[in-house]
Amino acid sequence: MKNRGLSDKTFDRINKLFVTFIVLIVVYPLIFVISASISDPGAVSTGKMWLWPVDITLEGFKRVFQNQDIWTGYRNTIFYTLLGTLIHLFILLPCAYALSRKELKGKKIILWFILFTMLFNGGMIPTYLVVKTLGMLDTVWAIVIPNVVGAWSILVARAFFQQTIPNDLVEASKIDGASDFHIFRKIVLPLSLPIIAVMALFHAVSLWNQYFSALIYLSDRDMYPLQLILREILIVNQMGLEEGSAGVMESLVEQVKTASLVKYAVIIVSTLPLLIVYPFLQRFFVKGVLIGSVKE
Amino acid sequence: MKSNGEQLNIPYSKNRKFYRAKKNLFLNWQLYVFLLPALTYFFIIHYIPMYGVQIAFKDFIATKGILGSPWTGFDHFERFFNSYYFWRLLKNTLAINFYQLLLFPLPIIFALMLNELRNGAFKKWSQTLTYAPHFISVVVLVGMLVAFLDPLTGLVNNAIVALGGESVPFLTSPEWFRHIYVWSGEWQALGWGTIIYLAALAGVNPELHEAAKVDGATRMQRILRINLPSILPTVVILFILDIGKFMSIGFEKVLLMQNSLNSETSDIIQTFVYETGLLEGQYSFAAAIGLFDSIINIILLVIVNQIARKTSENSLW
Repeated sequence: MKNRGLSDKTFDRINKLFVTFIVLIVVYPLIFVISASISDPGAVSTGKMWLWPVDITLEGFKRVFQNQDIWTGYRNTIFYTLLGTLIHLFILLPCAYALSRKELKGKKIILWFILFTMLFNGGMIPTYLVVKTLGMLDTVWAIVIPNVVGAWSILVARAFFQQTIPNDLVEASKIDGASDFHIFRKIVLPLSLPIIAVMALFHAVSLWNQYFSALIYLSDRDMYPLQLILREILIVNQMGLEEGSAGVMESLVEQVKTASLVKYAVIIVSTLPLLIVYPFLQRFFVKGVLIGSVKE
Repeated sequence: MKSNGEQLNIPYSKNRKFYRAKKNLFLNWQLYVFLLPALTYFFIIHYIPMYGVQIAFKDFIATKGILGSPWTGFDHFERFFNSYYFWRLLKNTLAINFYQLLLFPLPIIFALMLNELRNGAFKKWSQTLTYAPHFISVVVLVGMLVAFLDPLTGLVNNAIVALGGESVPFLTSPEWFRHIYVWSGEWQALGWGTIIYLAALAGVNPELHEAAKVDGATRMQRILRINLPSILPTVVILFILDIGKFMSIGFEKVLLMQNSLNSETSDIIQTFVYETGLLEGQYSFAAAIGLFDSIINIILLVIVNQIARKTSENSLW
């Protein structure tokens, strides 16, 4: 019996080897981007730089910080993310709390009303027409209001409230004459910091990273979020060059030069805030995924 | 002093139910106020577009509004089904989603591997590092692809040329599109996808393993006969949820990766809706195609859920 299959030690070694291999594959592109952002673009494009930085230069970052579009985009993204997250919490938390209370009648209908939106939606065009009719085009509302809260988050937050807010405490306060507003503010919210953190983080990340709402709802360049600016720098200009269809010839040479200098630096500048913050908040994110998996 | 229901002597009446509802509303009206922002949001941003989807059966004219526009019945659908690009769009949409679905087991396998690691620090680092790509935006991801796969200056082609091969224009070749799309997505999602499975694995009863050890089961046998079946319910639910996103997933990334040279395989239903609807302004036609897309999606979800309910104990409803 003992000799059947691999011994524990061999198994562990092989397993560790495989995991290491996978981790390296996942991490390599990230390291490459970081190294490329501070290397001489010539060394990067000829393949001289493949792991560690070569001919270190900060020219890329300098260009990024000189680029007015990137600054504006950054500012806009921060603003959209903060505002959007606040509204998200403002809509999500009271609703999820109310749905967690036993004394709320008609819960079933309300839940169906919300859950049905997961199953079916009008689609891109009818939604666009509504946003347009409401006069939200080219305003911050077009970015923060559509998708401000999903049925899924409401279910998740509701499950959290059901499990963590002691019913006795709420009822006792009610008998003492506290209103639901008061209870929500003074008792429920302070007990719910983990779920608030989780929900805020998930929503903030998705707002930070989204480009499509801005693409269809905004036409004013001054309002573009960072991701749309990145799309121009990293994809539209690059692909344009590749296809040979870039319009203005005189700026082409300049574009190529700037683009190759800037592209890795701009990835770092736009992504680093999340990648730096995330390991410290990892437990919140993991928690969020897990609460989300609780079956209703 | 405000108090709960029992102390508020509301007189007995034939219409007791009505009184109870009224009493409930009187006592808990603030809870209903709590619901208002969310219900308003869902009504305006989700239900009005559901009503607006009727433009798929109309010839939408902006000045006449949704109600005033003339009915056309199934004209838009017929036009779509009879068009030469219909089969191409359907094929591309299905192909890319099935391809994606084929990789569904990878996070499970990776989670089983991570779960076998003893070393706390090594395991933790492996997790933290493989979760990281999840936080990269689609724009940056596609930007990285453009940079890495560039035929002249990209890392991948530099390596191919250095090894004596010939540079490949990956992003402008239809035959490469699906592979690049799906595998770059896997790079981003593999680590993150293990979180739920790892939690499920942490809940496996250790006594099962002890008993199996006594019976002489190997490590591999224990993984396959104990760990895997233990997380099967989780697997089924996640699989159904994945199917629920079928037809719609990844559209934003496809749109970024698309160009005139790879459109033979990169044209999918959703990008087509975007082009015809928002770029060309054929609102009704695009709404019809979008509706077709979501109906297929619902049918798939219902079928898979039904199969799951019949074959295992796990289903969404």
